[in-house]
Amino acid sequence: MGMNKRDFLKVAGVTAIGAAIGPGKKAAAALRGQAVNNPNALTARRWAMVVDMRKCKGDCPDCITACHRAHNVPSIPNPLHEIKWIWTDHYANAFEVPPEEERLLSDEVRDKPFLVLCNHCDNPPCVRACPTQATFKRLSDGIVMMDFHRCIGCRFCMAACPYGSRSFNFGDPRKYLKEADINQDFPTRVKGVVEKCNFCSERLAAGRMPACVEACKQGVLTFGDLDDPSSEVTRLLRENYTVKRKPELGTMPMVYYIV
Amino acid sequence: MYDKAKVLAGLAVFALLFLSPILVDMVTGGSLQQPDLEPARQMARQMGNTGCVEDTAYMRANHMDMLNQWRSLVVREGWREYTAQKDGKTYEMSLTNTCLKCHSNYESFCNRCHTNNSVTPFCWDCHLTHTEEFK
Repeated sequence: MGMNKRDFLKVAGVTAIGAAIGPGKKAAAALRGQAVNNPNALTARRWAMVVDMRKCKGDCPDCITACHRAHNVPSIPNPLHEIKWIWTDHYANAFEVPPEEERLLSDEVRDKPFLVLCNHCDNPPCVRACPTQATFKRLSDGIVMMDFHRCIGCRFCMAACPYGSRSFNFGDPRKYLKEADINQDFPTRVKGVVEKCNFCSERLAAGRMPACVEACKQGVLTFGDLDDPSSEVTRLLRENYTVKRKPELGTMPMVYYIV
Repeated sequence: MYDKAKVLAGLAVFALLFLSPILVDMVTGGSLQQPDLEPARQMARQMGNTGCVEDTAYMRANHMDMLNQWRSLVVREGWREYTAQKDGKTYEMSLTNTCLKCHSNYESFCNRCHTNNSVTPFCWDCHLTHTEEFK
């Protein structure tokens, strides 16, 4: 008595099919409501920034303070653990002037602190280096974004970025934020993630210009659509000679400087 | 069966010990604490809303999936607002700026259920709760 080979195979086959198409893991419910866009949001095909260093006196911290306040960027005294979204550097460092040629620069350019930030490259090396796609270039407007939820803190992006635009949280950043300075509307970060300038994507979505642009009273910073021939950014680029940082690397930075 | 009485007594003791957590809960009414909804309801009313973005039963069962979807939509797709099925109202898809504005009572709202279900989401490591407990 017992099952013959043919019957056994029939039962085994049906069981295997049942297991394959069976209930499995409960799938996430579909979104109940509808995702929509804020009609007041500022949109562009390609966001870009022009930094007019002729207008920047280099001695006021307005743009940096505004940015760091808006995004809860801590001020950490140890320069090795510093978090930077927008900061200043010497022209010779920012634009890789060979040391032997530094003396040939004009006094003004050589000594003035230059504003530097993430270049939101059109060909971003950080995005290629990221193993989890935590950093990615937004297809709609070219902003190089960070998804802190996905960042595993491997720091490949920091090695890949030729501009030093990325900072790593070696410790809990909340320890270096003062209660009074906290912007309650923006999250802080956590130990072990990399962060950088996000071109104020959260403010653009609410119809506001980036914090640094809004804060600068000298009109140094201009933000706009590179693909729109009538935008302020394209007008400035048409009328002035501009330079980009390390263009020879082919990263195609979207932050232009009028020196 | 040898030593019938001893074996049965042993089995009874084992069963009692094994089921003790359930029995204790049956006697004491259990440690399950419902989240305290009232502060959040009051906050919502102050802000002119009738309650949460979707109805309570749906939120209770699906908020974690919903938050994951909101996160992906906002961070990766660039969608920022949500039109609720419940009443057609539009909200910002933001844990910090929408959810936690009302649900600011972390201990009595979020943590009660999470502790009961022994889940430890790390949302609050970054997202601020709009309360004084920031450290």
